[in-house]
Amino acid sequence: MPAPIHRDDVQRLLVGGALLVDVLPDVEYESEHLAGAVSIPLKELDAARVADLERHREIIVYCWDYQ
Amino acid sequence: MSPRAASRLESLGFTRVYDYVAGQADWLANGLPTEGRDAKRPSAGDVATRDVPTCHLSDRIGEVRARVQAAGRDSCLVVNDAGVVLGRLRGDALDQPADTPAEQVMEAGPTTIRPDTELTEVAERMRKQGVTSIIVTTTGGHLVGILNRAAAEHQQERTP
Repeated sequence: MPAPIHRDDVQRLLVGGALLVDVLPDVEYESEHLAGAVSIPLKELDAARVADLERHREIIVYCWDYQ
Repeated sequence: MSPRAASRLESLGFTRVYDYVAGQADWLANGLPTEGRDAKRPSAGDVATRDVPTCHLSDRIGEVRARVQAAGRDSCLVVNDAGVVLGRLRGDALDQPADTPAEQVMEAGPTTIRPDTELTEVAERMRKQGVTSIIVTTTGGHLVGILNRAAAEHQQERTP
């Protein structure tokens, strides 16, 4: 079960090298996203899209808010 | 969306997945850095003055008054040890006897706005309400600064 985290945890994990992933649609990512985040829209999230990501790396996902 | 994305990543074999459930809304509301085409639009947090006199509940008005005058300001914010805004002292409150505790005469729970509030919106609201300044805090109530209407309007004029 993925762990829900607070923004303080986000900042701490980023310092440690975690990957920050914005799962909102492209158009929203282009408008504004958290500094350093990469875009992987939820609709595109499949095995091919994430094939190059290290399986044991810490990954933080986010969207707009509690959706 | 993020819970589903997090679960999907786990199903794809990722072992260390975290879900920042409060998301971008929370990040923006706390004045944290963003990127993107619209990230540069000026907001309340960008223009707020950080140099704001503060005091604690138990501080005495005489000491607070001296601090406010030394800073060349007309008000002081009452905060706790974590920097959460509890009240404001201005006007008659600052004229009370020197040994009066701040807690006794402060305005409790003053109106605040978030750092990501757009300047156009807040400047218009301040004009309509005849307000010359407003307190900016994070979602947790931590002080960011004070936004002066004049500074907000000046920044608006500079922004295309």
